Amino acid sequence: MADGTRGGRWTVGGGRSSGWRLFARTALARAYPRLIMNVREKWWMVFDILLPLVAVCAYVFVYRANNAPADLIGFVIIGGAMSAYWMNVLWAMGNQLFWEKETGNLALYIMAPGSMMAILLGMALGGMFTTTVRAASILAIGSLLFDVHFAVSSVPLLAAAFVLALVALYGMGMMFASMFLLLGREGWHLVNLAQEPVFLLSGTFFPIRSFNFWVAAGASIVPLTLALDAIRQLSFASGAASGFLDVRTEVAALAGLSVVFLVAARISLRQLERLAIAEGRLTESRA
Amino acid sequence: MWASLKTATWLGWQIESNWASPALFALYSIVKPLTSAAILVVMFGIVTEGNFGSTAFSYMYIGNAFYMYVGAVMAGMAQAVVDDRERFRTLKSMYVAPVNIPMYLMGRGVARFLTTTLSVAITLAFGVAFLQLQVSPSTVRWGLFLPALVVGIAMLATLGLTLASIVLVIAHNSWLVGEAVAAALYLFCGAVFPLEVLPWWVRPVGYLMPVTYWLEAVRRSLVGGVATEYPTLASIGDVQLLVLLGVLTVGSGAIAAATFSRCDRLARERGLIDRTTNY
Repeated sequence: MADGTRGGRWTVGGGRSSGWRLFARTALARAYPRLIMNVREKWWMVFDILLPLVAVCAYVFVYRANNAPADLIGFVIIGGAMSAYWMNVLWAMGNQLFWEKETGNLALYIMAPGSMMAILLGMALGGMFTTTVRAASILAIGSLLFDVHFAVSSVPLLAAAFVLALVALYGMGMMFASMFLLLGREGWHLVNLAQEPVFLLSGTFFPIRSFNFWVAAGASIVPLTLALDAIRQLSFASGAASGFLDVRTEVAALAGLSVVFLVAARISLRQLERLAIAEGRLTESRA
Repeated sequence: MWASLKTATWLGWQIESNWASPALFALYSIVKPLTSAAILVVMFGIVTEGNFGSTAFSYMYIGNAFYMYVGAVMAGMAQAVVDDRERFRTLKSMYVAPVNIPMYLMGRGVARFLTTTLSVAITLAFGVAFLQLQVSPSTVRWGLFLPALVVGIAMLATLGLTLASIVLVIAHNSWLVGEAVAAALYLFCGAVFPLEVLPWWVRPVGYLMPVTYWLEAVRRSLVGGVATEYPTLASIGDVQLLVLLGVLTVGSGAIAAATFSRCDRLARERGLIDRTTNY
């Protein structure tokens, strides 16, 4: 018996799965297509690395045309690499359930015994891995192309800022995913709208300190803002001088945002899933 | 043929605008382009200590504003094929109906042109009102601006048709093709910086692209002095610039017609018109 029920319990893949095992297997199963795509579909190298790199190059040349300090070029490279995560969170997390609905998978997810949180976690884990490959490539190629010199002041803090940034960003993505369950094609436009404004407010291509304190503080609700500022402060000689807050404060804030977004994702998923079922929106197509 | 263009324009306008209330759509049309321009404005402000009255700023700001047409018209036409084939699944109906497909695709491009014109106008108005952008209706050289705009949009439509034709026969990443080409042109055509900043071995790509000459003509017509500030195309006169743009547009049109003819036949032979990849 490969899949089905036995004695009232679900079995998956020949083994008995329930509770945390089912949760873990569901998450792994959803992460799998996002991992295997790196091997099966090579075009991602062109579209996911070269395309963002081209945008990053344009911003670098704007700085070069105006004789900007070298570290600002490094800021752009880091911003370009981290923006890959934001794009992944928007399109492959936030908007993903909309596409799953369009292609008919969403109803299958709901019917299956696995938890929707596990599905979202699998999407997040798979997305994190594939995006890390892309971001690392952008960082490496961009740094080589433009001769960026890093001066890392604290590896543990840098690692903490990066990891917490990913948890907070993907927690936010999981929250978006459930909210987007209720949207139709307006979701596509809203995701599209969340690109440039966030790149502006988070200081993706310039130090966030260029804004006044309250604008920067407000923009910090998006984890990308504090993550970029902390990573830049820890990676460049001039980083601390152009920083918004103390790095330890920013790391602590990222930890807080991680918890808030994960809890918010769980609550909103429950409520919006119930609402979507009640309103019959899980299988409708509003393309 | 004209009925196809007109109907496609109306359809495109509906698709672009009716997903939201008019107020939300207007907000969307304002926020996205302004924030996109604001990124460059802040970057420029940081390194020049807010010298927005300079020609360098006008060069960058106007180039960025008008480049919106490239992404919208050219990439939009390619995206129309993906949308109609994969999302709405109506491309096969278009082919069955007595519709001129190239004109239909151009009509979708016209709709994008109309929506983008709102964004370009708002971006320019913001620059004039708040950023010392030296553009004034009384100083604009309309005799250069209007022909450049018309020929430029026609040129973008031919580039869009070429991309849309290619999208007809590819499955993987088809929705990214327009965006990828638009991003590449943004870099190689020096939309927001002079071509001299690029490495010498990359510059010839920019000189081959009609978008480079179009943006130069638009800049010259809106703010004089740009041509003398950067040596990129300073040796080319206004009339020569328009002629060059026209010749490149005709060449681009010939390539578009040949590409569409070839890809359209391939798509029909291979049964790709109604393909849905869910990709």
